Amino acid sequence: MARVKFLCDADRCIECNACVTACKNEHEVPWGINRRRVVTINDGKPGERSVSMACMHCTDAPCAAVCPVNCFYTTADAVVLHSKDLCIGCGYCFYACPFGAPQYPKVGNFGSRGKMDKCTYCAGGPEEDFSTVEYEKYGRNRLAEGKLPLCAEMCSTKSLLAGDGDIIASIYKERVMKRGYGSGAWGWKTAYKETVAI
Amino acid sequence: MSTMFKSLAAALAMLFVGALLPAAAQYNNFNPTKDAVQEEQLLNQLKQGDRLSGRVSIPDPKAASLIQPQGQDWRNFHQNRLPLIGGIAILGMLLALVLFYLVRGRIKIDHGFSGRTITRFASLDRFTHWLTAGCFIILALSGLNVSFGRMVILPLFGPELFATLTGYGKVAHNFLAFPFMAGVALMFVLWVRDNIPNKLDLEWIKQGGGLFSKDRHPPAKRFNAGQKVVFWMVIAGGAVMSLSGWFLLFPYTVADGVTGLQLLTTVHALLAVIFIAAMLAHAYIGSVGMEGAFDAMGSGEVDLNWAKEHHSLWVEEEMAKGKTPAVPPHAAPAE
Repeated sequence: MARVKFLCDADRCIECNACVTACKNEHEVPWGINRRRVVTINDGKPGERSVSMACMHCTDAPCAAVCPVNCFYTTADAVVLHSKDLCIGCGYCFYACPFGAPQYPKVGNFGSRGKMDKCTYCAGGPEEDFSTVEYEKYGRNRLAEGKLPLCAEMCSTKSLLAGDGDIIASIYKERVMKRGYGSGAWGWKTAYKETVAI
Repeated sequence: MSTMFKSLAAALAMLFVGALLPAAAQYNNFNPTKDAVQEEQLLNQLKQGDRLSGRVSIPDPKAASLIQPQGQDWRNFHQNRLPLIGGIAILGMLLALVLFYLVRGRIKIDHGFSGRTITRFASLDRFTHWLTAGCFIILALSGLNVSFGRMVILPLFGPELFATLTGYGKVAHNFLAFPFMAGVALMFVLWVRDNIPNKLDLEWIKQGGGLFSKDRHPPAKRFNAGQKVVFWMVIAGGAVMSLSGWFLLFPYTVADGVTGLQLLTTVHALLAVIFIAAMLAHAYIGSVGMEGAFDAMGSGEVDLNWAKEHHSLWVEEEMAKGKTPAVPPHAAPAE
């Protein structure tokens, strides 16, 4: 089984936000929640770079470690998923996550949180593959269809890469070697405790 | 073109170039394609507690945070330090209480029950106490469950039942926070004037409150030094718990993003385990630990001998006010 990862080649990202839009549309993500976002670092200064960021599906995921009801699980492809049936919306995963991935629909009293929502790597949830209930809770299950996450598949500059960690790392490495520069595999050190050695 | 206009244009041009030059010089040898921000460099430069953030075009400024490494610290606190501190505080206190009970036994009324009682807490006092105590117990249990239930209770109940109960626990925790706050506020108003520290307290502390020696009862007014400590712990602890909890209930009001919320949960959790440990001791001495003590918050009527031994000066004050001890109706007449 592959160990899937995301890799954003910031030297290619043109901040078109198509990944953000595609994700929202593909999964019918509710208003106020963005499973993916594009952050521009050093905006307006020479050398600025934009990074598309979502759940990185960490090795030894902090969200899974701190969840009081243990609602997270890691698939055979190393995708970090969670059960919205078990989730109580306490917010702990949000405190622990380095990437700000977990988000909560605002429901009911106070600032109380509904069931947490985050990027599923287009892999659905614990429900039966392609079932309506899976789609309603977690969105499309593209992985089960044999497809990669839509954000990466439709990225116009092929900045955002998804797939087997070793393969996308070698693609990135090749690019950096060829063009002679690279701003780094953003988030890799934090998520996977390793980076792409050039 | 007039000469005047020409010179004005020249002056303006000079000004413009002058303003641009230093900025341009800074980036003279800069190739924006090649020389970009480096993630590793930015992470290394990051100060403690800072986040790597930028600008987002989606209308949610919180999404501008790209990487927040302190999530790892929070995880470490929650997974390693909190169970350790909480375990030492709460289990340590339970152990200490068991040892105290084994060594000292139940503290008896030295002169036995007199059969006559004196009113110690009126119904409003008792209502306030039990309102706060009742809320506290549920807040404490649901709080402990959300922090440690996964290790202790989840294996017993299974994931579905445990998640359902923990979900109800969260709702109870959110709602009961408000009557708890009201209870603490009411307590402050009702009892603060009898809880101002004074000289008597030093004497009480010097004698260890008579806790460790039989037949010794340092004089005390309505509240002794030990009770004053409990009172101020509840007021101060309750206030900090309430404020930190309030800002967690309404995120992003005071707490600035995730860092502020992490700090609030840390304060809330640390204080909670200390609070729970202290309240265990309070509950012990008010029930199992001391004969006659529970009546104060039970019926509100305490035995006169108990009152004389533990709150001698208070009894004198009450007598001076003309209050006479009552003989409970069911007491057998002394013939």
